Amino acid sequence: MITPEEVEHIGWLARIKLSEEEKKQYAGQMSDILDYFGKIDEIDTNVKPTYQVLALHNIFRDDVDGESMKQEDALANAPKEKDGYFKTPRIV
Amino acid sequence: MISMMSVTEVSRRIKESSAEAVVAEHLERIRKNEFNTFITVAEDESLRRARMLDSIDSGEPGSGGRLHGVPIAIKDNMSTKGIRTTCASHILDGYIPPYDATVIKRLYAEGAIVIGKANMDEFAMGTSTESSYYGPTRNPHNPNCVPGGSSGGSAAAVAAGEVAISLGSDTGGSVRCPASFCGVVGLKPTYGAVSRYGLISYANSLEQIGPITSNVRDVALLYSIIAGHDPKDSTSVDSDTNITINCDLRGLNIGVPKEYFGEGIDPAVEKAVWNRIHDLEAEGATYTEIEMPHTDYALAAYYIIAMSEASSNLARFDGMRYGLRTEDKDVTTTYSDVRALGFGDEVKRRIILGTFSLSTGYHDKYYLKALKVRTLVKQDFDSAFGSVNVLIAPTMPMPAFGIGELVDPLSQYLADVNTVPINLAGVPSVSVPCGSTQGLPIGLQIIGGFFAESRILDVAAFVEQMNG
Repeated sequence: MITPEEVEHIGWLARIKLSEEEKKQYAGQMSDILDYFGKIDEIDTNVKPTYQVLALHNIFRDDVDGESMKQEDALANAPKEKDGYFKTPRIV
Repeated sequence: MISMMSVTEVSRRIKESSAEAVVAEHLERIRKNEFNTFITVAEDESLRRARMLDSIDSGEPGSGGRLHGVPIAIKDNMSTKGIRTTCASHILDGYIPPYDATVIKRLYAEGAIVIGKANMDEFAMGTSTESSYYGPTRNPHNPNCVPGGSSGGSAAAVAAGEVAISLGSDTGGSVRCPASFCGVVGLKPTYGAVSRYGLISYANSLEQIGPITSNVRDVALLYSIIAGHDPKDSTSVDSDTNITINCDLRGLNIGVPKEYFGEGIDPAVEKAVWNRIHDLEAEGATYTEIEMPHTDYALAAYYIIAMSEASSNLARFDGMRYGLRTEDKDVTTTYSDVRALGFGDEVKRRIILGTFSLSTGYHDKYYLKALKVRTLVKQDFDSAFGSVNVLIAPTMPMPAFGIGELVDPLSQYLADVNTVPINLAGVPSVSVPCGSTQGLPIGLQIIGGFFAESRILDVAAFVEQMNG
């Protein structure tokens, strides 16, 4: 069972503010969904995990410079900017 | 009666009239329909490019290419320079990408025209296209039914004859499910065959961009255009992207996995798929019923992995560089406010479940265990392709369901039971129509080994011929 308080904590970890109603609703739904996810406990998994399906290893490119995005293009969608930077709320 | 288009027909009309006239016809059809297939119709941009392509001296890139002047619908989770891209989410309000996805560049190089951005489930999380911030898309075969999802707009636009071709993305069935529900053809390529650069990530180890069209030859054409290695996607692979369709069934051994015809399958779907398997047998193929014992665990493993990856991938939406921004408070509160306002219900639920699955104390029980189940599911496929050439199974266990019919999240997840194992394994699969029930299309999927696109499309072309 997942409680609304636990949902609130996970919401904080994920940086999503949740209403009281959402906490209650997600707690109930999460309990059902996690119950279903518990199905994978039924089998032995004495194998290595698969993070990705291709047998690719690190691929490095040559260290040559290429085209990059112009500053004005990178900032074009910013809700707030100042002096050519993204403007964030106060952090410290 | 719905009449769909092929690239050949559109190209012929462009030759007879002009790209501009054909784009104008497309825009008119899109305006008239009420299936809510597009979030953004790129009216000015598409007409401007058509005029440039029509003018021989303009030197417009792509002129004379294989898609010269052909309009295409693009799922709204692919970046299109200068054309609004929303991912069907409130959080990307007003976002205009400063760059094109690699697939878009490749389409432009062949002369294609992006006519609009197709509706989808928010952040591609869904099986019905009902979770879009811009309202649900309707199924052209029955407007009270969903078109499937999450690439519902892309499939419905083709089914309604608004465009001949579109692109979708498939994380756990999001190209194949709507192709099946809308009676069109949709390909989920091998993982790594198509560049994901410019695709807004949901679950990056599972998803691929794939074509949706009215016929198998157009899927093959689009695949050969969009596939290939891209230095900007380190998971993309240099593979042979040529497709040969000669409808040759000689020596073909089909595997029929019995788990894909499990409990809860609609009898009409089961019958339609088996009819086609017997038809293929009559034409010279053989079939073997096989077991893929870990199929039953694939759905849970898929959702754990997809949600975990989503919780990480969607961390970038914080209102700082693009999209919604709320009133500035301290930084953590601002992030939490922006994300509370910008994300819809299903997206929040998946981020929260994914965050939970990755958190201390639960990581090994859920995420790591799911990755190990993934290994077993993949082994089922490796072992199957040791003895058969392709697998054939129903794409979806049922035809399109009603809008508002599956409201409980878990009940909608369960509908993906036949599509998600393919994404866990990374192999290619194409959904092709194989019949109908009560006016709604039924699709079957042909699954192949890694980079066996040519083989599965050849079989799909044969199935298509049988539909008459």
